[in-house]
Amino acid sequence: MLQGWVILLVSLAYIGLLFAVAYYGDKRADTGRSLTGNPYIYALSLGVYCTAWTFYGSVGRAATVGAGFLPIYLGPTLMALLWWFFLRKIIRISKVNHITSIADFIASRYGKNTLLGGLVTVVAVVGIIPYISLQLKGISTSFLVLTSYPHVTMPSQLGTAPVANDTAFYVALLLAAFAILFGTRHLDATEHHQGLVAAIAFESVVKLVAFLAVGVFVTYGVYNGFADVFARAAEHPQIRPLFTVQGTYTNWAWLTFLSMMAIFLLPRQFQMAVVENSSEHHLNKAIWLFPLYLLLINIFVLPIAFGGLLHFPDGGVDPDTFVLTLPMIEGQEFLAMFVFVGGLSAATSMVIVATVALTTMVSNDLLMPVLLRWQALGLAERSDLGGFLLAIRRGAIVVILLLSYAYFRLTGESATLVSIGLISFAAVAQFGPAILGGIYWKGGTRLGALVAITGGFLVWAYTLPFPALAESGFLPHTFITEGPFGIAILKPYALFGLEGLDPISHAMLWSMLVNIGGYIIVSLLSQQSVIEHSQASLFVDVFSHSTDGERARFWRGSASVETLRSLLGRFLGFGRADRLFNNYARRHGINWANQTSADAELVDFVERQLAGSIGAASARAMVASVVKEEPLSTEEVMNILDETSQVIAYSHQLEQKSRELEAATAELREANEQLKELDRLKDDFMSTVTHELRTPLTSIRAFSEILHDNPGLETDQRSQFAGIILKESERLTRLINNVLDLSKIESGKMEWLLSEVDLKEVLNEALESTGQLFQEKNIQLTVTLPEKVPFVKADRDRIMQVILNLISNAIKFCNPEQGQVSIQLSSDESCLRVDVIDNGHGIKEENLDIIFEKFRQVGDTLTEKPQGTGLGLPICRQIISHFGGKLWAESTLGQGAKFSFTLPLQPDSDTEPALARTNGLPVAVKN
Amino acid sequence: MDKYQQQKGKKLTALFFLGCLLFNYPVITLFSTDGLILGIPTLYIFIFVSWAALIALMAWVIEERT
Repeated sequence: MLQGWVILLVSLAYIGLLFAVAYYGDKRADTGRSLTGNPYIYALSLGVYCTAWTFYGSVGRAATVGAGFLPIYLGPTLMALLWWFFLRKIIRISKVNHITSIADFIASRYGKNTLLGGLVTVVAVVGIIPYISLQLKGISTSFLVLTSYPHVTMPSQLGTAPVANDTAFYVALLLAAFAILFGTRHLDATEHHQGLVAAIAFESVVKLVAFLAVGVFVTYGVYNGFADVFARAAEHPQIRPLFTVQGTYTNWAWLTFLSMMAIFLLPRQFQMAVVENSSEHHLNKAIWLFPLYLLLINIFVLPIAFGGLLHFPDGGVDPDTFVLTLPMIEGQEFLAMFVFVGGLSAATSMVIVATVALTTMVSNDLLMPVLLRWQALGLAERSDLGGFLLAIRRGAIVVILLLSYAYFRLTGESATLVSIGLISFAAVAQFGPAILGGIYWKGGTRLGALVAITGGFLVWAYTLPFPALAESGFLPHTFITEGPFGIAILKPYALFGLEGLDPISHAMLWSMLVNIGGYIIVSLLSQQSVIEHSQASLFVDVFSHSTDGERARFWRGSASVETLRSLLGRFLGFGRADRLFNNYARRHGINWANQTSADAELVDFVERQLAGSIGAASARAMVASVVKEEPLSTEEVMNILDETSQVIAYSHQLEQKSRELEAATAELREANEQLKELDRLKDDFMSTVTHELRTPLTSIRAFSEILHDNPGLETDQRSQFAGIILKESERLTRLINNVLDLSKIESGKMEWLLSEVDLKEVLNEALESTGQLFQEKNIQLTVTLPEKVPFVKADRDRIMQVILNLISNAIKFCNPEQGQVSIQLSSDESCLRVDVIDNGHGIKEENLDIIFEKFRQVGDTLTEKPQGTGLGLPICRQIISHFGGKLWAESTLGQGAKFSFTLPLQPDSDTEPALARTNGLPVAVKN
Repeated sequence: MDKYQQQKGKKLTALFFLGCLLFNYPVITLFSTDGLILGIPTLYIFIFVSWAALIALMAWVIEERT
């Protein structure tokens, strides 16, 4: 069933589907209902990282180096963690400056420099074309392998199909059409290609599902799960070593580093992650979704690799084709077809995005600067350049794809999938220092970047592609073994005698040394021009000054509005230019009729709009050609920057001051609240005291009146009334004494007579004086005293007062019928402790603290006669805390209460705060 | 970046260093042995499990609300 025409038909149908998805995506975008404006599509579109190299090549690499294929995916996972900082910054810079490619980014950072943009473009094209050709090769190979179904035959045995019969050729042409249709829709390359993004996200899903399908089939269909595959593999002495790390750890580390660089420096990744990013917020979710995608697509790589090695032990089948040949040999033609489509999706997504990205670079940073400068063409004077620009881009797409195809036909079978991929990675890694340095270090100069990229690129070329050419027979093999012209020290795999490293580690070491070293040293030694200086500041501080006004401060000159409008019109079309100008006027409240000369901000605006279409360097050149500029001197730029930094410093100081003020205000407010609270407490206290005083006074007065008005009262009644008067007067005295005590303690005017107190002796004396009461009420008393307790430093009488208060409370509140009171004294290293326990009805939990507040007696005050002054416990607590101890109550309702206090053996500094605390209320009491 | 985002940034940086430690020499040599755990070579199970755990932590840090 799987004849050539069927496979061809399926391939065409799949690509047709891609066109449909992209068309639908663009359609949705045009009607304002974006399909791609969410983080999931964004994360999937980053999946363009996984190409045919991942789809077929990972298994191939795993079959030779085991886990050694993983650093390519672990690196991006690690890098994703740092996206939070630097990718966010790159995205912001690119959006503010209308940057459309990595070449434009570097050119713009280092003073909108044409030479640098061109250099980066050349490096990218040289590095990426082999990579694109690799994808075409993947399509071609998988097609050939699949056509021989049900036999497994390697393409090397089948020979190469003539171009006219080669699927890859037609696929390349179709992809060129796709890239032209959906990748160059707008002149302004900063505008999002939503259809393209939708198609790439769709392809990411297809390749993942296809790979998981073949993985599940091999692991669970052919074998009985992971353990089974590994158990069988373990029996083979050739396979078993793959269980451990093959190759060196140096290689492992360099591969990780390389993929960390590649994940944001590859033009296709930059295109998807930065240019097509529609919201910085999408980045957040992508940080973990994208690594998850990588994890999923790698889970079944090892089982498939081992399955392949077990099925084809003689080495007659290329491991790069295991993904396809395993379903084939098992007779699963539909699965094999699906796998082929998955591989096709992996390859086409890379080809499409890489081509679009390279095209933008080639047209904006290579062709436009040259063409615009070429006086003979008279291009700079032409009135409508928009169509011409688009034609250039479309032509570039076709040229790049044909070049890639030609490269694939020329090199043929010479290299495996992975090695070409790694060589490309190493090429784009050369942009790393200039970009990362450029966004974090203002000191990086144009010359430094030029030296870094040129040097790195040359070393890369000499140590990777050149020896690869020699291995393929395009150069004499002695170039590798003996060095060029027999100069051993220049051997490309052992430069300057550095032996023992694999080619990738070797090349990365030398190229990064030259690159980073060159960048730093030359930057330190060279001077920045004015525009470099301002661009460096705009890039590094993008988060602090990205408003239009600030950007424009670095320019001074004169231009007319009309010249600028016609300049923009020539490139973008006059209708669009008018729209942009009108929007600008609305935003800034300008009427063009009254405004004929442009200010710096408008010039900057026009330049940025142009940059999106023709690149930063060309835009700069074009704007400079129509306006009269007065160049700023370096000193002036420095002044502007200094002013900025001074303003920032002032604003920091102001912020600091205002924070301090806020803190002071908060403190004041708090103090005020406290005062208010004290005032309220004082009022409460006064009204309670007067109320408490009035109660006994009222009854004294009432009974005195009775005695006074009725001289003929019987003696019994007379003495009963006099007794009440006496009792109430006593209560009044007690109350007044208590109030005085409390007032003294709280105002700190209490005189404390400190002495060494034997608590045991005090307790005994207190029990003696209350003995009578216990007997009267028939209360059973249990006393537990240790032999001897240490002395404490305290006022004996006050402590006696506390103990008497607690004991009399216990007597008052214990069970009226079968009263039991227990008193315990104990000591540990730090303090003495007294517990007074009764068996009364207890205290509710919520009241355990309330009873220590002034005039708070627990119980129903309406029905029950108050049994005390309501000041006893508060006074006790004040006394105990004065000596650094603690007084508290514990109780379970219905089972009595336990009052305990402690006194520290060595009153420490706690005493002082206790005093200080009680100082809070004197005002209230005295007033 | 506000304070809350900076906090997330710090956590992500810490995870970055953790990842660098796990997936590199010398930690990885500890697992580069011939043995099997649950029928899967120790090296593979170590890498995939720590990889998944790292992603879970990333997701947790990113999606965490205050």
